Amino acid sequence: MNLDNYIYLSCILFAIGSATVLVRRNAIVVFMGVELMLNAANLAFVTFARMHGTLDGQVVALFVMLVAAAEVVVGLAIIMSIFRARRSASVDDANLLRL
Amino acid sequence: MNSLLTALPAAVRDTSGSEAVLFWVLAPLMVVAALGLLFAKKAVHAALGVAVVMVSLGVFYLAQDADFLGIIQVFVYTGAVMMLFLFVLMLVGVDSSDSLVETIKGQRWAGLALAAGLGVLLIAGIGSVTFGRAAGLDAANADGNVVGVAAKIFSQYVWTFEVTSALLITAAMGAMVLAHRERLGERRTQRDLSERRFRVGRYAAGLPAPGVFARHNAVDTPALLPDGTPSPLSVSRVLRARQQVRPHDEFGTDVARVEGDIEQGGRR
Repeated sequence: MNLDNYIYLSCILFAIGSATVLVRRNAIVVFMGVELMLNAANLAFVTFARMHGTLDGQVVALFVMLVAAAEVVVGLAIIMSIFRARRSASVDDANLLRL
Repeated sequence: MNSLLTALPAAVRDTSGSEAVLFWVLAPLMVVAALGLLFAKKAVHAALGVAVVMVSLGVFYLAQDADFLGIIQVFVYTGAVMMLFLFVLMLVGVDSSDSLVETIKGQRWAGLALAAGLGVLLIAGIGSVTFGRAAGLDAANADGNVVGVAAKIFSQYVWTFEVTSALLITAAMGAMVLAHRERLGERRTQRDLSERRFRVGRYAAGLPAPGVFARHNAVDTPALLPDGTPSPLSVSRVLRARQQVRPHDEFGTDVARVEGDIEQGGRR
């Protein structure tokens, strides 16, 4: 097997994640699509690290994970506070620039 | 054929046969689980699909000589991030399904077409590149993967690492501020509630308890009043809002069945 296959898989996962962000209306599901895209990028980083024989790709993937964890915490807190104010987790309902 | 395969240098086949088997078993599974995220009606099912993808990615990292990342992937993503997602899903309401009303006309198909185009573009881009033979991580992982990654983090990337810690602390503070809710009125104690009940004088003894019924003692079963009608006051307001109370007509047949059973037992 060639290592390219991992890159192709990461492309497919990234495309599915972007489709989720564009199509779904539930804010939490949209958010999971973003997570899927970040993970697809991580898979590409790890595979390229193996191709190049250095660990830089793995370190960058680790930083991506850290940023994703921070993003999840803040994003979910925003979703929760919007839900408290509007009783809805749909991205269409948050159409005012205030809570 | 076999001798030919063994004679091929490792450059042509970058991975071992077992890794190929692992890939072709897990990769279709991951794609199906990811499609589950896209198409599942219930948000919980979507979250479980993403959890499958995360665990499989962890396995792939382990297979690709990224031991540290593989373990962290399972710990951080599957253990923390996905459970946080499920937790918020439970808070927000499990049955909050997608609305099928399109705010922008044709947005669904346009989005799917755009994403498919992006996928084709990415795959075509990767397909037109020829990668050289993979260097492999044997040299970089000579002292073990964790030691190698730590050497990178604490020398070349130490500034990034410090900035990340600031980011994490800021994110934690932000989440605490966003999730905090100021209490508007004084907290009502049990004594206040009791005094108010007596002042109103309507349900001085408290509301009737649910489930006073021969066949069920569940909270979703309303209590029966002396004249045989179910009392809606005995069921929790939340269950009524979720429409999870046992319907009354079903209730009547249950009464008849229980009475029939009692009669039969009496005859025996």
